[in-house]
Amino acid sequence: MRMPRLTAFLTATAVFVSAFTLAAQAAEEVHVLNWKGYGADEPWAVANFEKATGFKVVNDFFNSEQEMLTKIRTNPGLYDVVMINAAFNDQAMAGKLIQPIDVSKLSNYADIAKDKAGSPMLNHDGKVYGVPWVWGLTALAINEKSFDKPPTSIAEMWDPAHKGRVIIRDDAVEAVQFGALASGQNINDIKDMEAVKAKLTSLMPQIKTFWSSENDWNQMVASNQIDIGTYWSGSADRAKTHFKLPVSLVIPQEGSVAWLDAFSIPAGSKNVAGAEAFINYMIDPKFYVEWVTKVGAPVSANTKAVDALPEDAFNRKVMGSPDVAKRIQFQAPVTDEQREKYLALWQELKVNVK
Amino acid sequence: MADQLAIGSRRGLRPALPLLLPAYLWLTVAIFLPLSAMVFFSFMTDLPLAGKDWAFTLGNYAAFFSQSLYSTLLFASLRLGLEVTLWCVVIGYPAAYVLAKVLKGRSREAIFLLVILPFWSNGLVRIFSWAMVLREGGILDTALNAVLPFKINIDLMYSYPAVIIGLVHSYVPYMVLTCYLTLQAIDDSLIEAGRSLGASRRQVLWRVIIPLSMPGLIAGSALIFVPVVGSFMEPRILGGRTGTFYGTVIEDQFVAVFNWPLGAALSFILLAVVLIILALAAPVLRRAG
Repeated sequence: MRMPRLTAFLTATAVFVSAFTLAAQAAEEVHVLNWKGYGADEPWAVANFEKATGFKVVNDFFNSEQEMLTKIRTNPGLYDVVMINAAFNDQAMAGKLIQPIDVSKLSNYADIAKDKAGSPMLNHDGKVYGVPWVWGLTALAINEKSFDKPPTSIAEMWDPAHKGRVIIRDDAVEAVQFGALASGQNINDIKDMEAVKAKLTSLMPQIKTFWSSENDWNQMVASNQIDIGTYWSGSADRAKTHFKLPVSLVIPQEGSVAWLDAFSIPAGSKNVAGAEAFINYMIDPKFYVEWVTKVGAPVSANTKAVDALPEDAFNRKVMGSPDVAKRIQFQAPVTDEQREKYLALWQELKVNVK
Repeated sequence: MADQLAIGSRRGLRPALPLLLPAYLWLTVAIFLPLSAMVFFSFMTDLPLAGKDWAFTLGNYAAFFSQSLYSTLLFASLRLGLEVTLWCVVIGYPAAYVLAKVLKGRSREAIFLLVILPFWSNGLVRIFSWAMVLREGGILDTALNAVLPFKINIDLMYSYPAVIIGLVHSYVPYMVLTCYLTLQAIDDSLIEAGRSLGASRRQVLWRVIIPLSMPGLIAGSALIFVPVVGSFMEPRILGGRTGTFYGTVIEDQFVAVFNWPLGAALSFILLAVVLIILALAAPVLRRAG
């Protein structure tokens, strides 16, 4: 009888120990959901945060906003921090996917620009559902090797000289809003869909392929396969600073789509304290300056963080200039109805290419 | 007599039960249940997640018929499936023949290994290595221009041929393996008998070898055709702006737009169409076999 009892004892110990370590792990880990290569997964940043707070960061990634929503919908309780474009915050909140954030726990929250922190997209019923992190533009970026001097107009994309060397993102909303800019319309109130369709139809033969991640874009430039395309301002900065690629951002005279990225805490997060600490670290000026210098980043929503950059920094000088502010249009939430309409148009365009 | 048979078969079934149980349990849990859930989803207006309202509808299936977009894409995907299968036969069958009938011993093992090798690498790695080979200024372009006296410009990347090349590369081992098994089972003396009775090599091939190896060809074709029709990874990465197929649209519904009901309905329409094609082809193929 001695052996079975010993076995039973060992099994019980093993079960107890593993249950204990599991529980301990779950409490100390901060699961972060964000775009890949977008600040939160920088090894030095993760190391600094872990050293300062004792939490362990586990990163997971998405390739589209819809994939992000799918991931938090289908894995309740798995993630503690999620990066959500402010235009999608409404949808996430309505779906009860995210919880209100106690901003008094975030020491850096007070330094966030008032227009960003007070954005109606992030605040509902007096509660904060998203902490503004960075903002930027979906503008044009060029392969410097293909241009003597940077273009100033969106029309450059339609120039026959760039046939087969243009790239745009495989995203219905972005494509339609880009079409709206090209046809001189307000991106949040598109009146003439036919004009957008005509613009995009004539753009299709120019296109080499569609991109879905930064990596796609950078590889196309590295192998000199494209001249011009739509790109995010932070990504263009990163391509130049970090990857040393001949990429520069162009904010066309017709304007650009601006977006605001914010951090939220999913409903059912097992480590809210860890999530708050992580979000506070992400909006810290020290992290931001290091991010811009080492890697390249969009513009911080924290005014102190932007002021900590050198006077001539792109994110301070160009993005902060009143001239740019006049040209950009901030993206408003898109309803499901509009999204389906945009998707139908986009799919039709892609199928007719064949 | 019938009773005895029934008892006999029951006796046979009971001892077999413990052997069958794990497989059927696995099939029930891992395949039958999720698939039934998907059938259920395909008739819903929205997913019942996060307290959203939903109702039963046929709208998802109706969407397929009300928009020409989906049938156009399905047709394109079926054509892609046929073309890829055809190329796999053209490339895989001769290779299987050489492996089964010509090579022996060590050299056969070595060649066999080369055929299986792609199976051991990740599918995405394979596709991205094709991207490096096929693009302008890529490996193929550079190599050909280094050898040829005149300048040619090869840029196959982001085109229909690139999708075909990538898919054929991924699926040709299935054809080689299934054909190899049936070809190896053909008794050499049958071929010798045919030859000694005056048949030419070509006649032996058409009248003896191909009919006897038909089961392998059919199995290989079905194994290739079905997944290629629904493929989305290869078209998306290698096809560029021409890479929109039925499979990529289904993937979009699940990943990009979160319209699982429509994605599920489109998947079941694909399943139905593939089953109809296989059912229609069955008598023809059986006669040929």
